[in-house]
This record gives sequence, structure tokens and C-alpha cells, in this order.
Amino acid sequence: MLPLNTIAFLVENKAGVLFKVSNMFRRRGFNIESISVGAVEDPQVARMTVSVYADSRELNQIVLQLEKMVDVIKVKRLDPMRSIMREMVLIKLDTVDPMAREETLKHVNAYHGLILHIDPESIIAEITGEPKTIDEFISKTRPIGIEELSRTGVTALEKGYLKL
Amino acid sequence: MSGSKAFVEGLKRENVDIMFGVTGGALLPICDELWGSDLRFVMARHEQGAAHMADGYARALGKVGVCLATSGPGATNLVTGIATANIDSAPVVAFTGQVPLSVVGTDAFQEVDIIGITASATKYNIQVRSPSEIPPAIKSAFHIAFTGRQGAVLVDLPKDCQINVEDIEFPDEVSFRGYNVNMTPDTREMDWAATLLSKARRPVIMAGGGVISSNASPEVIKIADMLMAPVVTSLMGKGSVPSDHPLFAGLCGMHGTGEANMLVSDADVLLVVGARFSDRTTARLEDFSRGAKVIHIDIDRSEVDKNVETVTRVIGDAKLALQGIIERLGKLSYEPRANGDWVKKMKMFKDQYSPHELSDNPHIRAPAVMRALRKALPRDALVTTEVGQCQMWAALYFDAYAPRTFFTSGGLGTMGWGFPAAIGAKAARPDVPVVDIAGDGSFGMTENSLATAVEEDLPVIVVVLNNRMLGMVAQWQRLFYGRRYMAVKLGEYPDFVKLADAYGAVGVRPETIGEFEKAVQTAIDDNLTTVIDVPIDPEENVFPMVPPGKGLRDILVEA
Ligand SMILES: Cc1ncc(C[n+]2csc(CCOP(=O)(O)OP(=O)(O)O)c2C)c(N)n1
Repeated sequence: MLPLNTIAFLVENKAGVLFKVSNMFRRRGFNIESISVGAVEDPQVARMTVSVYADSRELNQIVLQLEKMVDVIKVKRLDPMRSIMREMVLIKLDTVDPMAREETLKHVNAYHGLILHIDPESIIAEITGEPKTIDEFISKTRPIGIEELSRTGVTALEKGYLKL
Repeated sequence: MSGSKAFVEGLKRENVDIMFGVTGGALLPICDELWGSDLRFVMARHEQGAAHMADGYARALGKVGVCLATSGPGATNLVTGIATANIDSAPVVAFTGQVPLSVVGTDAFQEVDIIGITASATKYNIQVRSPSEIPPAIKSAFHIAFTGRQGAVLVDLPKDCQINVEDIEFPDEVSFRGYNVNMTPDTREMDWAATLLSKARRPVIMAGGGVISSNASPEVIKIADMLMAPVVTSLMGKGSVPSDHPLFAGLCGMHGTGEANMLVSDADVLLVVGARFSDRTTARLEDFSRGAKVIHIDIDRSEVDKNVETVTRVIGDAKLALQGIIERLGKLSYEPRANGDWVKKMKMFKDQYSPHELSDNPHIRAPAVMRALRKALPRDALVTTEVGQCQMWAALYFDAYAPRTFFTSGGLGTMGWGFPAAIGAKAARPDVPVVDIAGDGSFGMTENSLATAVEEDLPVIVVVLNNRMLGMVAQWQRLFYGRRYMAVKLGEYPDFVKLADAYGAVGVRPETIGEFEKAVQTAIDDNLTTVIDVPIDPEENVFPMVPPGKGLRDILVEA
């Protein structure tokens, strides 16, 4: 399997740009694992973080093809050793059984998560961490019974003086 | 000022004097504004033709070509033309009418999402949201289409934005944070390239379309002469070095010349200028120029190392890069004469692979037609091609002597491109004869452009190499599919002579090479749109050819 890489880039914050970016990935056959977008301190600019399975040659192409796009302002491959990467998951677990409730609270605690909502049938929890941690959490809670979940995709910042 | 007034004024500010198009409901406000203006509107009979005309115009002049279509089917009809121009890096700006913004997104009558449809077939596209956005959109479109690696840009113009009146300003400049073209090459990159070239024993230069876009032919010739390096071209690079230059070795690739393919395969340093290593040029990638250190000069960074690994790259304008390398080479000690053996080898390859023509065939042979055409035309005549065998015969056997005299749909291989492109080229260069080298199948795809050529007084000559076949596909079926001809026979009709006549053009059918030459001469002298229908052998193959899946060395010169 190809390694998972993270690329962060700034784009013009206007209609259609997300489409054009994702269309480029689709058209060139790059395989997006996750994508997250949001405005930054300058409201004209949005920041995207893409994680993608690619070998180094493909990764190079992705960066260059992104750089070539008129609406893309700046692109950088993130070095995992020099970046903080985070993802959040909202997860709803089936907790009709009191044992399941018990289990859920234990795992959420262990992963420093938050309980956001409790009702007689289910619990919604929030976990934040590296994508690997989220994967782990999901596989641990699977036996309890996942009603549904939603992941945000990775977002990331470089450490120290490093900056996009 | 209304949006459509701003549109016309915006075009004038970009020095546009001609556009090619087909009108329709969503263009009525603009057309009304064009009425009485001094912008020339060349009426195509199909939007695909309009886009190809703009493309031919752009390539012939090195200036942005403009085409125009209405919303919906008008816009979708443009798409092939836009994609063809874009992949060949031709500067074309396409304008499409669109339904009013108030109904955009509702599947209104003649609404298509042309921004979505052309997102990956353009360099950039943009939908205008108000009349005042029209001038900056035009400025941006021309800027982006013409700078850096040139390409196609589409501007979508909703009808209400054409009609409504707003305060409108015309910017002198536009800038994009994400689009900065750096033309100036890095000095260290040029140092390395020059050093590597100075040590080359068997250097070869491969010139691509980028040499033509950046007007770098003199520099390519200069550096070839300095290094005594044979020059090959990609299909798009044809004309960048005159065919009669002693170091010219012809086209490289699937239908390259034997000498070009062997030289590239044997090179120790390969200097590639403004080419992108398409699979038709490299043949089997694993075998491509294996012993060579590759130096790649290109304006588009993303082309470097995309298909072929390079040792050194120079990113920037080809002309500036070559000038820099030439200057450095001049200061380095290298011995071009050491390459004497290499040039001898080139001559040897040339003799070894020189095409032998069969004389016992009663048919007119296509290569002979190409040579006769060359003889009949002045050196500065412009030639476009259609796609298929005709295109490869033209590429191999029609000599081009100057940049911007030979045009072809290289990247997309669009049948039906050559004829409308020739009309656009004629609009650009009315002073010289313009010829489309066509196959009967391709010509059939845009033959309705005859109406435009005749009615708009843009006379071009169409040479139809008529094999009554979709010849190139038939060739593959003959060579690789046991002669099982499926969906390639075109039958007896149309009669192209009568067809020409029906459109008010001249049609002739020469029976011999002598008659053909005479027909070309007459067409040039009379300066009338002329279809020269040349019957050729339906079984004739284009050679040389590298079979699919094989490397450049595995070139076949006959079946
Ligand atoms: C628009 C389009 N449709 C289909 C093809 C596939 N194709 C490539 S060459 C060819 C045959 C071309 O026939 P013709 O124009 O008669 O030229 P010839 O090869 O006979 O010289 C076809 C169908 C194409 N290149 N473009």
C-alpha cells in the first residue's frame, strides 16, 4: 500500500475553488483519503489539508499540479515529524445495554474525549487526535455498536517557525 | 455602461479585431453591441469549427484567438475545440453565453454547466456575476491564456450580466496571488545544463512546441551548431528547425524517422526543449533514451519528471534558457568537433532508414503527394493537418522550413481540426497560401466550414488524401488485428468535387502527380477555396512506425 501523505495549501476563498481542486485530484487519478477546508485569518483565503495515498513521484506531481492552478496560492508537503496533525470524529454508540454504556465511557475517557450527548439509547462522543488515534478508537468501540460516525479529515500546522 | 458594451470595449483593449463564432439567444445582447462595431465576426457553421478557427489563428500569429458561442449546445459544441487548443498550449479565449443568473442552476432552457464541463479542459475558467466583472474577467482571460504555458481560457457570460447597466471600470492589469509566471531561468540550473552539454559525446536536441511558442528557433539552431548535435522534433515542434538544416534528423516517436528514433536511443545527453514526453513521442517509456542524461527546459514545472526522469532541468522561458546556456557554453572548453563521429553516425542512420518507395503500384503514393505539395508551395506557406495517416504523412514527408508554418492537433488528435484551423490561419495570414492536409474521414467532420471559407473570403486549399477509409484505424487493423476491418470503410460518397461545388468552392480530382501539382498551382494563383481530392490506395500504410508497446529502436520501415 502507498504511504499516506499530507499536503496543506492556501486557495482563493471563492465559489468553485473546492470543486476545481477536487476535480484535479479526480482527473489525474490521485486518491484522496481526506480533505478539510476552512477560512483563515484573511477572509479572502481558505486553507485546505489533503491526505492522499501516493508514492514520492506522485506526491511531487500533486504538489506541482496544485501549484499550477490559478486559484491555488501556496502549497506545501507536510513533514509529519515537524507538524501537528489532528482530526476529529463525532461518534454515536448504541448504549441501550448498561454494559455498553460503561464501556463507552471508559474508552472516551481513555482517549481524552468528550461526551456531548446522552440519551436512553445512545451516546455521542467527540474524540480528537492524530488520524491513527481516531482509527484506533473506532476499532476499539466497534464491538459496542456504532450507530454512525463522522470524521472531519486531517487538519495540520507546522511546528515552530515553519509556516505555509 | 451595459455589460455587452463593456465586453466589446474590453476586447478592443486586448487588441482583438476578429472573432469566430456562432450566435444564439444567450448572445443576443452582445451581438447587438457588435453590430456596427469594427470587430470582425467570422461566422462558423458549427461551434467546434469556431474554436478550431480561433486556435489556428492563434497558432499562426502567436496572438490570442477568440471564439464565441451561445449557451447550452453552443457551449458544449465548443468543448472539443477548447480541449484541443489547451492540450497543445495554444492561447485561445472562449466566451459563452449563459442563461440569466436568476435561473442558473434550475436546468433552464439551454443551460449547461460549462464551467464544470470545461474545468479540466481549460487552463482557467470563470463565470461572470455582474456587468462590472466583465472587464477584469476579459483582462484575466487574456493574461492567463497568453502567459506562461499558454492555453485555453473560458469566460461564461450570463445574459443578465450582458444586459444590465453598472458603473464599469477597465483595469490596466490584473494579478493573482496564485499565478505568477516566472520566465527567468535559474542561473545554477543553466550552469549545470551547460556543463553537462559541454561533456556530451553524443548529444541530441529534442525540440517541442515550446520552442515555437517562445520563438526560440534561432537559439535551438545556434546550440545545435555549437555542439554539432542532431536535432529531432516532437510532432508539435515540427518547423522549429528547418527540415533542410544539415543537423535536422526529423520527427521522433511512434511515427518518427528511423534516424531520429535511433539517435535519441543512442544519445548520451538529450536536451529536451519545450516538449512533454507524450507517449506518442517516447514510445515504450522504459526503453526511451535509456543511456542518456536528460536535460529538460520547460516553462511548466509540472512537466519535468512527470514521464521521464531528468538529470537537470531549467524552468523558464525556452528562449531565455537557451540564451543563457549558449552564453555559458561559449565560455566552457568543449570540443564540438569531437562529435564528428556522431554526426557521421547520423548520416549513416539516415541512409539506413531512408524510405524506399514502391514503384510498381498504380496508385498515387501519399509521400509523393507530400513532396509535390512542398514543391508547389512557397516556403512561407502555412500547412495544417487533419488526423490519421494523412497527419503522419504530412509530419514525415512534408518539409517545414520555419516555425509557425506547420500546425497540427498533436495532443488530442482531433479529426476535423485542420480545415477550420486553416481558415483561422488564413484570417491571420491572408498574404500566404494556407493548406489543410486532410484525410477523407477527418474532412467529413468539419466540411461544413467550406461555407465559412467561401462566404467570409478566407480561401484555403484542402488536399484530401482520399483512401475511402478511416485509414489510420484500418492500418492498425491490418497490422495488428488480422485485417478484420471494422467500422473503417467510408464507402463511395460523398463526392468531394461535387461537395466543393455545392459550397461554391472549387473541386478537382487529379489522376497523376503532375495534375496534382497543377491543381495546387491553380488554387494558389486563383486564391480560391479549393478541394483537391486525391485518390490513394486504401491499403497504403504509413511507415516508419513503432508498433504499440515497443520502444523507439523497434521501428518498422515496412510491413
Ligand atoms: C474526433 C475523432 N474521432 C475519432 C478519432 C480516431 N481516429 C484516429 S485516426 C482515424 C482515422 C482518420 O481517417 P481519415 O481522416 O480518413 O485519415 P486517414 O487516416 O485515412 O489518412 C480515426 C477514426 C479521432 N482521432 N478523432
